Amino acid sequence: MNYLLGAFKPACNVSITFSDGKNRKQVPMKKENGQTALVPLFHSQDTISGKVCIDPYQGKKVEHNGVKVELLGQIEMYFDRGNFYDFTSLVRELDVPGEIYERKTYPFEFPTVEMPYETYNGVNVRLRYVLKVTVTRGYSGSILEYQELVVRNYAPLPDINNSIKMEVGIEDCLHIEFEYNKSKYHLKDVILGKIYFLLVRIKMKNMDLEIRRRESTGAGANTHVETETLAKFELMDGTPVRGESIPVRLFLAPYDLTPTHRNINNKYSVKYYLNLVLVDEEDRRYFKQQEITLYRLKEDTSS
Amino acid sequence: MIAEDDEKWLAAANAAVKQNAFYMQRAIDSNNLKDALKFSAQMLSELRTSKLSPHKYYELYMRVFNELGTLEIFFKEETGRGCSIAELYELVQHAGNILPRLYLLCTIGSVYIKSKDVTTTDILKDLVEMCRAVQHPLRGLFLRSYLAQVTRDKLPSIGSELEGDGDAQMNALEFVLQNFTEMNKLWVRMQHQGSSREKEKREKERNELRDLVGKNLHVLSQLEGVDLGIYRDTVLPRILEQVVNCKDELAQCYLMDCIIQVFPDDFHLQTLDVLLGVCPQLQPSVDIKTVLSGLMERLSNYAASSVEALPNFLQVEAFSKFNYAIGKVVEAQVDLPAAGSVTLYLFLLKFTLHVYSDRLDYVDQVLGSCVTQLSATGKLCDDKAAKQIVAFLRAPLEKYNNVVTILKLTNYPRVMEYLDHETNKTMAIIIVQSVLKNNTHISTADEVDALFELAKGLIKDFDGTIDNEIDEEDFQEEQNFVARLVHNLYNDDPEEMSKIIFTVRKHILTGGPKRLPLTIPALVFSALKLIRRLRGGDENPFGDDASATPKRILQLLSETVEALSDVSAPDLALRLYLQCAQAANDCELETVTYEFFTKAYLLYEEEISDSKAQVTALRLIIGTLQRMRVLSVENRDILTHKATGYSARLLRKPDQCRAVYECAHLFWADECENLKDGERVVLCLIRAQRIADAVQNMTNASRGTSSTGSVALYVELLNKYLYFLEKGNTKVTGDTIKSLAELIRSETKKVESGAESFINSTLRYIEFQRQQDGGMSEKYEKIKMEWFE
Repeated sequence: MNYLLGAFKPACNVSITFSDGKNRKQVPMKKENGQTALVPLFHSQDTISGKVCIDPYQGKKVEHNGVKVELLGQIEMYFDRGNFYDFTSLVRELDVPGEIYERKTYPFEFPTVEMPYETYNGVNVRLRYVLKVTVTRGYSGSILEYQELVVRNYAPLPDINNSIKMEVGIEDCLHIEFEYNKSKYHLKDVILGKIYFLLVRIKMKNMDLEIRRRESTGAGANTHVETETLAKFELMDGTPVRGESIPVRLFLAPYDLTPTHRNINNKYSVKYYLNLVLVDEEDRRYFKQQEITLYRLKEDTSS
Repeated sequence: MIAEDDEKWLAAANAAVKQNAFYMQRAIDSNNLKDALKFSAQMLSELRTSKLSPHKYYELYMRVFNELGTLEIFFKEETGRGCSIAELYELVQHAGNILPRLYLLCTIGSVYIKSKDVTTTDILKDLVEMCRAVQHPLRGLFLRSYLAQVTRDKLPSIGSELEGDGDAQMNALEFVLQNFTEMNKLWVRMQHQGSSREKEKREKERNELRDLVGKNLHVLSQLEGVDLGIYRDTVLPRILEQVVNCKDELAQCYLMDCIIQVFPDDFHLQTLDVLLGVCPQLQPSVDIKTVLSGLMERLSNYAASSVEALPNFLQVEAFSKFNYAIGKVVEAQVDLPAAGSVTLYLFLLKFTLHVYSDRLDYVDQVLGSCVTQLSATGKLCDDKAAKQIVAFLRAPLEKYNNVVTILKLTNYPRVMEYLDHETNKTMAIIIVQSVLKNNTHISTADEVDALFELAKGLIKDFDGTIDNEIDEEDFQEEQNFVARLVHNLYNDDPEEMSKIIFTVRKHILTGGPKRLPLTIPALVFSALKLIRRLRGGDENPFGDDASATPKRILQLLSETVEALSDVSAPDLALRLYLQCAQAANDCELETVTYEFFTKAYLLYEEEISDSKAQVTALRLIIGTLQRMRVLSVENRDILTHKATGYSARLLRKPDQCRAVYECAHLFWADECENLKDGERVVLCLIRAQRIADAVQNMTNASRGTSSTGSVALYVELLNKYLYFLEKGNTKVTGDTIKSLAELIRSETKKVESGAESFINSTLRYIEFQRQQDGGMSEKYEKIKMEWFE
């Protein structure tokens, strides 16, 4: 059976290694099958270099019409699965057509690659970067090998970062004033604020702060909007009296957040909201939603 | 039903706590921080329940509390293993639910403070602020209680290592104050939870939780470095602000008491006006008297325990502040029952007595305030108030142990006016007993007057009250007190003493028929004592117009005793007249003496009808008259004659006989030569013998009835003869005696007389005297009788 199976096996093993693979930071990434794998992390303007190694199996030779490596930036809509939109595509030819009898290594380099968008794995859309090696063959079908990479881009500290302050209420029933210290938070930031109760005529059970993500894909009539609640954080237990002010302190670090994405390649947007929810004793919910902007701050300055 | 459910919920919660605690412990054992946090949060989630009553919730809380101890130690160890405490502090805040999050935060916070990594102040401030997030009264109360509990031994104090800057202390203070304020708010708010139907039950439950709040005050008092200045400027105003503003009876009552009990005495003393100033601002339903009395009691004890403290009391004018405050309170609380206000004054009085024992004017002021208060309510009728007021009036008595001091209190009698009769009497007894017990020396007429005015509940009946149920024994006992009191009044100066007697008399005479027989004797004898004293001293040191002459006093006594005869106590009156006569005699006031005798005789004639009483009275008359020396012969004759006459008119013959032979003494006074009328003596004896004969005849006539009387009478007569023989009455002859002896012998032969031993001892006496040397044997020579052998 073994040799029979061997007949369908590709004639060679193709592997991709990065030249700084040992030092490069790796981050976990969810694969399509649900497992997570560690994937090297890149930033825009990084030089992506490494080696492609083609190792034919014992006693076999690989005939090919050329070997190339591509760096692809793709957006995939789930309603249109399998159909990728490449917004970045760079190619390096590694070999002219010929035969490979023994292990052969090809160095490659994409210097200072522009990777404007971050890797994103959403509900309806995925943005990914991948290295694709193609050993082109004629009739027997090309040999393909992929290597995923994750791209994260740091944003500078925003120049203007106003607090969010608002007074809301239901007439003669509930008046509150809330304040979040900023409108723009980095991913390891902490939301500070307070809720000030101006009028309380209802009996409250609790008050929560939710972080919601709104992902909209497509455009025009085909727009899909998907909202997820990523965090539900209890702020208050019981009914306060008039004049009471309740502190808010929410650490963002434990949640799986991404920066806010606005209109990525005209394909999708990802926005974040803080949703303040008051629940009364009859389980009625009163809420107020506020958008916040999330951004990624360079690690060593953020910690 | 509800209680059952309660149990069930508690059991379920307990089980869950136990389980999670187990997993938490396992995670701790394997140093798994993540799991430890997870399971501790789950365990703490049980505290989120709303189903338990406060009591059960407390049980659950205690269980969780114990488990958190392990967690705290784990956190401490974890910081040693390289996990920075700041990270931990953040990490616990990732918990999604507020209650577990805050419990964990407090736990790690306490470790944080101890680690000295960070300014304590910041952490404390953060913790107390974050805890605001729990607004549910019960859960919030317990959370904050936990916060107070875990931080209490870690609070910085002045001079401690923890303290970074001067502000640290202030902030530890601020921390406790704020925690206290919030807890109190939550506690007060509890009453509004749930339906109004269960309000009573809820208040009870709430009361059970009060110590959670009070503990904060205790922590405050234990906080090192809280000196008087800080207490006065920060601590007290903040607490009081909270107390006043919460407008809750239960809280105000409890917290005021807490403040008083928890903080040091001298703090109270120095902030008295602040503390007292709050009282009128409290809710009308608050039991201020308990609060104030607690305070006064505490300060009293303080004053009692340290002498050095006393100047402070004076310095801060504690008394006037209290007095003023109580006035305000009484004014503010219109429907305060009389018992309540009296109790307040009682405590003020006790306080005053303790602290200002030398300031009678203060004591009097208290009494005055009380009078003012009472005048608004009128006489006290309810038992409770009466009891309080007795205690109130008793306090100064017990303090000074001297009625004279009390008499200086002008308001004292005014308070007594508001007592009902029964209470008034009780009070009077207490006063009099105090005098007796302490042997108080009351020496001026004015004092006596005031005292009797105070004790008038004992001295006289009140208008319109007739107590039929009075126990006779009790009554006598009470009047005995009065009598004893009269004896206790004494002044060396006769002039003043006589004034005292005049005063006493004035009061006693108002006593009515039941009291007079019991009280007048005391007065009379007290007066007689004075008379004797006067006689002993200079004849008349004051001149004629002085009141303290024996004559005047006797005059007074005469009138006094006369009152007795009006109330049908003639026996007593008679005796007292005779006593007076005796005294008059000693003072050589003939007419007065005669006067007294006249009165006694009149009484005898008109009032004394019982024959036995007559015998006794007559004997007294005879006895007294025999000793009279001042009477002129003429007067004496009249009196003697009368007495002899009375003797002969007694009902029973033996009594007649005895009275008559006793009259013989009236004619013979040993030390007085001109009063030795031997003939009339013998005449009397002969008359007596005749009566004895008559008795003898009567007995002979009615044989059968055992009669020893006459023989005994003969022997008695024989003895009288012998007496006068010895005294040298020449009219007593041997023959008379012999014939009498003969008679006795014959009579004894006839019948068993029953008087043998009397006869024999008489004979032995005669024999004995005969063998004596000197004049006596000569006198007896005359009656040598051979039959005596």
